[in-house]
Amino acid sequence: MQVTSVVRDPLVTGGKTVHDVSHDISRQVEGKPTKLWWTAMAVSLAVLAYGFYCVCVLLWNGIGMWGLNKTVGWAWDITNFVWWVGIGHAGTLISAILLLFRQRWRMSINRAAEAMTIFAVICAATFPLMHMGRLWLGFYWALPLPNAFGSLWVNFNSPLLWDVFAISTYFTVSLVFWYMGLIPDFAVIRDRAVVQGNKVRASVYNALSFGWQGGAKTWMRYESVALILAGLSTPLVLSVHTIVSMDFATSVIPGWHTTIFPPYFVAGAIFSGFAMVLTLLLVTRKVFKLEDYITIYHIELMNIIIIVTGSIVGIAYITELFISWYSGVEYEGYAFFNRVQGPYAWAYWSMMTCNVISPQLFWVKKIRTSLVATFVLSIVVNIGMWFERFVIIVTSLHRDYIPSSWTMFHPTMYDIGEYLFTFGFFFTAFLLFAKFFPVINMAEVKSIVKATSEKVSHSDSHHDSHA
Amino acid sequence: MDADKHFVTGVFDDEDVLLKAVKKVRDSGVKIHEVYSPFPVHGLDEVLGYKRTRLPIAAFLFGMTGTSLALIMQIWMLGYDWPMIIGGKNFASLPPFIPVTFEMTVLLGALGMVATFLIISDMKPYKWPRQFDLRSTDDKHIMAIDLSHNGSKSKDELSRILKDSGASEVNEKNF
Repeated sequence: MQVTSVVRDPLVTGGKTVHDVSHDISRQVEGKPTKLWWTAMAVSLAVLAYGFYCVCVLLWNGIGMWGLNKTVGWAWDITNFVWWVGIGHAGTLISAILLLFRQRWRMSINRAAEAMTIFAVICAATFPLMHMGRLWLGFYWALPLPNAFGSLWVNFNSPLLWDVFAISTYFTVSLVFWYMGLIPDFAVIRDRAVVQGNKVRASVYNALSFGWQGGAKTWMRYESVALILAGLSTPLVLSVHTIVSMDFATSVIPGWHTTIFPPYFVAGAIFSGFAMVLTLLLVTRKVFKLEDYITIYHIELMNIIIIVTGSIVGIAYITELFISWYSGVEYEGYAFFNRVQGPYAWAYWSMMTCNVISPQLFWVKKIRTSLVATFVLSIVVNIGMWFERFVIIVTSLHRDYIPSSWTMFHPTMYDIGEYLFTFGFFFTAFLLFAKFFPVINMAEVKSIVKATSEKVSHSDSHHDSHA
Repeated sequence: MDADKHFVTGVFDDEDVLLKAVKKVRDSGVKIHEVYSPFPVHGLDEVLGYKRTRLPIAAFLFGMTGTSLALIMQIWMLGYDWPMIIGGKNFASLPPFIPVTFEMTVLLGALGMVATFLIISDMKPYKWPRQFDLRSTDDKHIMAIDLSHNGSKSKDELSRILKDSGASEVNEKNF
């Protein structure tokens, strides 16, 4: 913590003091929401309402409303599930893995990224839950609870059950980690509310802060808790997408039965997650005027992670293709030939363009430090990563071993509707978070403000002495 | 509750001044009640003479509980209570039990440690903390000294010690 590099740019610009940090961030929570916020909220709620209607119809009639058929038994549901879980991974990477590596630039982005993780995991969980058809019986089917059939227990040999444990643990631990970070910041808002004489806000935020006081002993324990949570979350996040990939990899379907899936999925998850973090943060920093906290330097570093993970994903695609030929297995070979040349070639080539070519543009410094280019490319990457899951799932299924059962998948409005439902939920939740919770971790940023401002003043005096 | 508690509080603007001040104040024989900061100050626990927290041990024990529970549950359910033939494999074989065991270890370790932290730090939603100075969550470090634990020293003496060690303000606080 005490080591600061002189060659690095300051992490917080604009010569902020510790008090400025409290003020700049708490002000968003205390003030009335802006017109832009209300507009965004209205759009999200409209999407959510339409999605909710589709979800209700689905629950009433069953998942026959989806476009699935006998050959393609998994399509948009699992595609969207994997896509959302993948997006969540960036939040944990930023908050846990970068904490263990002492990357201090994560401090102004971890709060929003973790919030994104939590909402994305909820969105992801919607799909397997809905796929159960009778959602309300899901607990009996998915958890090892005593039941009236024997008890007949769940099958612990199944990767689908591992997923239940992985996703629910991941959600719970991420939520706890995120909330622990919020506790001292809620206390900042509480104490400001006491000064401003707003009793209601003071008691609400006091309850949220669990009566935080900030004594040295509590801080010592708190830091120890944060470090261990980071240590636990790091293997956890890697295990989650590994297990998700095993849903496919442990099967014997050509195109799924691949040993490189775990690392390939984890890299893809971080890749898409960082793209979503960028999409959200570029908007958040503009709307809430946080340009001094989330600087171009932060954006550039995130773009570099996108180049790294995007290149890993690219290598994985090429390895898959090569092995399908080199293995000499004709079914494996056909599955990939069909991806590249078959009726879903448009999806395959969209994936290749968005995921392999577009992140390579970030090698150019001008592009990776440009807000517009970053914003556009972050959306392109998210589209590409959606296609990746679609390609893996649908193209492997739609032409199975018996040509008479070959078919195509066509989504219905209920496939699309449920996807929109998760979007509506995600953005509604994120907007509520951005309004009522401090979007930047104040306590952590305060601990680096002094080092940063000293460096600025130091370099100023350095210039003066030369002048 | 503790009626009639009298404290002297020193306000510090800078964490480096604070660290030196804590040492100085303790060297002059004053017992510090606690120091409240808006962010974690590194090295503060050492100069205050706090022992290292044993929370990592708690986390480890909770984690091990998770590991054992998960293994016992899976081996008992699939190995003894209702053995099922799945792919002709052993009823209770370890490799497929690893993922669930790992997840349960992490889950219990994390939840148990956080619960322990909240309990030992006496943190709960319906509790109002004793607030020595509202600025301690904003940008000031507050050193609180309990008068009843420093019987031999008068208020003036304590405030002189605080001022000498670099406090920008010295206040009194009664609860």
